[in-house]
Amino acid sequence: MTKMNSKTTDIKSKQKEGMADSQIELKMCANPEYLPAARMLVRGITRIVGLEDKEDLVTLAVEEALTNVIRHSYGGACEKPIIVKFKRINYGSENRPALEILIRDFGRQVDPESIKGRDPCEFKPGGLGVHIVQTVMDEIEFSHAGDCGMQLRMVKCIV
Amino acid sequence: MVLELAGEIDMECSVALRHKFKELFRKKPAVVVVNMSGVEFMDSSGLATLVGALKWCRVNGSELRLAGLVQRVRDIFEICRLESVFDIYDTEAEALS
Repeated sequence: MTKMNSKTTDIKSKQKEGMADSQIELKMCANPEYLPAARMLVRGITRIVGLEDKEDLVTLAVEEALTNVIRHSYGGACEKPIIVKFKRINYGSENRPALEILIRDFGRQVDPESIKGRDPCEFKPGGLGVHIVQTVMDEIEFSHAGDCGMQLRMVKCIV
Repeated sequence: MVLELAGEIDMECSVALRHKFKELFRKKPAVVVVNMSGVEFMDSSGLATLVGALKWCRVNGSELRLAGLVQRVRDIFEICRLESVFDIYDTEAEALS
């Protein structure tokens, strides 16, 4: 029984350290039909890195970011590519373990400063995606991705 | 009138949900209860659809009540500070009573 318990503990420890020094990359078309698959991947990754307790919120944030790319960067053009990279990093001056998520599109470029979450107290449909991402994540940053497209960097601390 | 939702409500499903509300509202119901106990995930597209439905109800003198929200769905209402805007009940029965 003791040996079985040790093995179980070892497996769980390895799961918590999962993705150290490596990353997972998803390349998908900007087709809303693929969002459920992306959500499943995000859920799996949050469990690997030890973010199970934040699984729902991280999944929601990534979903919102992808939806914004589909809707705003590509205007609904389903065949355009979106690249999502997941990487376990050490974050900040305290080197806290964290999950870094990069979402890159190849659509129109906008001034990153112009991308702001709207006040949720305004009672109207739509426009809440950025607010949700900002609320859930510990850090977000929009930037130009080379000559074409935008990149969104999101960081969620594990501990 | 009770509308039962299930599954994951995202950008794509929200379109169908909007059409469903439009059909419902043609009948000018006094009360619409949306049973969301089967909804496992909802993003801001779904939330926007519900906000649109609530606005219609307010303008047309109907009531919209939500029932059976699981915590991960309640989370998005709380993040967007809409949990006090909607009438939210634990169960369909409570919403109907």
